[in-house]
Amino acid sequence: MKLIICNKEYIIDDNKIKRDSLLSILTYIKTKLDNTLSFRSGCRSGVCGSCAIRVNGVEKLACKTHLEDGDIVEPLKNTTIIKDLVVDISSQALCIKKAKANLEEKSNQTITSLDQKNIDLQSNCILCNSCYSSCPVFEVNKEFIGPFALTRAYRYVNDKKEDNIQAKIDTVQKDGIWDCTLCGNCNMVCPERIDIKNDIMMLRNKSAQMGYSDPNIGSFDGGFNTNMDFGFNPNGF
Amino acid sequence: MIDILIIGSGGAGLSAALEAKKNGANVLVVSKTYPTQSQTCQAQGGINGVLSLKNNGDCIENHIKDTLKSAHGLGDEEAINFMCKESENTISWLDNLGVPFSRDEENNIAQRSLGGASNPRACYSSDYTGLKILHTLYDKCLQENIEFLNEHMLLNFIIEEQCIKGITALDIATTKVKQLLAKKVIIATGGYGGLYHGFTTNSSATTGDSIAIALKCGIELSNMEYVQFHPTALKKSFVLMSESARGEGGYLVTKDGTRFVDELLPRDVVARAIIEKMQEGEEVFLDLRHLGVQKIKQAMPQEYDLALEFAKKRLDTDLLPIMPAAHYTMGGIDTDMYGKTSIKNLYAIGECSSNGVHGANRLGGNSLLEIITFGRLCSNNVLSTLNGTTIEQKEYFTYQEDIKNIDTILSLPNEIDFYNIKKLLGVEFYKNVGLFRTKEKLETTLKKVQQWKGQLPKMGVTDKSKKYNTNLLEFIEFSNMLQLSEVVILSALKREESRGAHYRSDYPHEVKSFAKKIVSKNKKTLQVEFI
Repeated sequence: MKLIICNKEYIIDDNKIKRDSLLSILTYIKTKLDNTLSFRSGCRSGVCGSCAIRVNGVEKLACKTHLEDGDIVEPLKNTTIIKDLVVDISSQALCIKKAKANLEEKSNQTITSLDQKNIDLQSNCILCNSCYSSCPVFEVNKEFIGPFALTRAYRYVNDKKEDNIQAKIDTVQKDGIWDCTLCGNCNMVCPERIDIKNDIMMLRNKSAQMGYSDPNIGSFDGGFNTNMDFGFNPNGF
Repeated sequence: MIDILIIGSGGAGLSAALEAKKNGANVLVVSKTYPTQSQTCQAQGGINGVLSLKNNGDCIENHIKDTLKSAHGLGDEEAINFMCKESENTISWLDNLGVPFSRDEENNIAQRSLGGASNPRACYSSDYTGLKILHTLYDKCLQENIEFLNEHMLLNFIIEEQCIKGITALDIATTKVKQLLAKKVIIATGGYGGLYHGFTTNSSATTGDSIAIALKCGIELSNMEYVQFHPTALKKSFVLMSESARGEGGYLVTKDGTRFVDELLPRDVVARAIIEKMQEGEEVFLDLRHLGVQKIKQAMPQEYDLALEFAKKRLDTDLLPIMPAAHYTMGGIDTDMYGKTSIKNLYAIGECSSNGVHGANRLGGNSLLEIITFGRLCSNNVLSTLNGTTIEQKEYFTYQEDIKNIDTILSLPNEIDFYNIKKLLGVEFYKNVGLFRTKEKLETTLKKVQQWKGQLPKMGVTDKSKKYNTNLLEFIEFSNMLQLSEVVILSALKREESRGAHYRSDYPHEVKSFAKKIVSKNKKTLQVEFI
C-alpha cells in the first residue's frame, strides 16, 4: 500500500498497515527506510499528546490511528513547521497564561463528587494542539486565546475551588469567547472528546450573567462579522 | 544567574520549581520534551495518602509498614517515615493547587485499594491521576512565570573539584550545544525503563539519560538491579492497564476463566505468577466483566477506552489479553532523602534518584507521592543553602568538549544500524534481565552489551542535518542506555539472592546478609559493590 507522508511517497506492506498504528508505521519508516523522518512521540497510549498530526486533513493522534491505502499524513496546521511532522508548539504556554487557566484564589467551599465530575472531562485535556490546528479563527487571528485554553479557563471557572471567577471571565473577553464561530471543528478532532464548543458557550453564558455582552451583536452587520470569511464549513453547522 | 536549574519537567521537577519560585529563587526548568509530555502523565492508579479526616481504619504506621514490607529490607526508614507522615500535606498541597481529586459520599477525597496496601489509600482523579496532577502543576508554573527551556537534552554535568557548576544541553531544534550555569542543579529526569525497549509501559523518552551521564561523571548510583514489572500491560502494544483495574475488583484468569493468583499481592509476585502461567503455554487475561459496564466506565473510563482503542476489546464483555511489562525503575542516582548526590550542589529527585524510599520494590501509589513530596523537600532544602554559592562565568572545558563530541557523533561511519541493536537490547533485557534472572542468562546478555558498547564507534547516524535531528537524539539516548545496561546486569549478577523485584531462579531465597544496597561507581573502571 501507498502512504504519503510530508509529500513523500512510501510503499508499506499491506498487513503492516492493517495491523499497526500510524505511530508504529512512522517508527518503522524512521528506523528502516528513512532515518531523517522526524516526528514527536512519547507514551504510545494517547495521554502525552505529543504525536498529534493530520491524516487526510483531519487532526489525529498517531498512536491511536490506523491508516488506509493512499492516506496523506501531514503536520498540524496554524503553526510553523520545524521539520517534517514536528511543529512549533511553544505558543501553548502563552495561550494558557493569556486565559489565566489556573487556580487563582482558593475558596473554602466543600467539593462534592458532582463538583469534581463537572470539571472531569475538561481536565482530561492532553495539550495535543489538535484543536488549535483545526480552528478557523486561529488561522486568521494568532492572538485568539483558542480552544484548549478556553476549555481550560472554563475548567477553573467551573471549579468550586476557585474564588476569583471574575478575573478569568474578564480575561476571556478579548480575543476569546466572542471570537469563536462555534463551528465545532475542535470538538470533532479532540482525542479526549471534550465538548470545547459547549465550554465556550458556557463561558459566554457566565459572561452574560456577569454583565458582559457579545460585542458583535448590535453592530451594523447584524451580528455576523463579515470581515472574517472562513469559507466552507466542513461540518455543516 | 540561575539559582536553581531543574532538569526534567515531570511531577518532581515541577513541584521543585514551584517551591523554589515561591521562595524567590531564579529558576530554570530544562526538559527533553514539553512538560505535559512527561512520564508522570501516564500514572493512572493514584497517590497514596493517609487522610486524618477519614475514619477508614488507616493510619500512617500502616502506610509505613506496607512500604517497608514492599522494600524488603532495602528501604530507608527515615525517608519512608518522612514520606508517609507528609502524605496528607502532599495531597492537600495538590488539592489546593487545583488537582481535581475524586470525592466520596462524605465529600472527602476518594481512595481506592492498590496492591500491597493494607487499606484503601490511593487518592485518585478518575484514572487520570498523573495526567491531572501534571497539568495542574504546569498551569501553576505558567502562572508563576517559571521559565522553561523545552526540547533541550542533557549532555553533561559541568563539575569542577567535586562541585557542580551547571550543565551542557543539546537544543534539539537546532543541534546547538548550550552551556547553562547554575548555583544548584536538581535532576528530575525519570527512570530507565526504556532499556526494555518494546517491552515497557514507559514513554519512549524514558532512557535514563541523566543516570548514565551521572555514572560517566563519577557520581554514585544504587539499586540499579531493581526494576518493577507491571503485571498488566496490553499484550503486543504494552499499553498500561492500571492497577486500579484489580483494585476495583478485576480478576486475572486463564482462557477457561480460572483465577490463579491473589490479584492484590505485590506487583512482582503477580507478574511472576503470570509469566509462569505463560510458560505453561497459557494465555493470561484481565477479567472485569463481573464489575458491570457502569462501574467500569465510572471508575476506569481511561482503561475502558484504552482497551477498546489499543486491543479492540470491551472491558464489560471481553477478556483482555495482558502480559507483564517493565514499568518502574527503583534504582538511580544514589541520594539521601534531601536528594543530595555525591557531588556538591547536585541533587536528584523522583524516579531517576535512589533515595531508599522504595527499596527492593515500589508500592503502587507511592511513586506520585514520592515525586511531589521529595520534589518539594529537596527544593526547600536547596533554597536554605543557596546563599554564598557563586559560579565563575566562563566557557567550561566540558562545554567545549561537548561541541566537538556532537560533531564526532555526526561523523561516525554508521556501519552498524543502532536501531537494530536497540531492538535486540530490549528483547535481551526482557528475556534475560527480566522477572526470572540467572547467572547464565545475565552473563549472556552482559557479553552482548559489552560487545555493542565496543561497536558504538561503528554505529552513528545517517541524518547529518542540524535541524530537529531525532536520529541524533535517539543515538545519544541509545548510548546512554548501553552504559546503564551494563550496570543493571552487573548489579543483578552481584545480588546472588532473590529479594523484592529482583528474582534469581538460581538463588530463589532472600539472604539476610544481603539486606544492603549495591552501589555502582565509575572510578577509572566500573565498580559495583555492596555498601
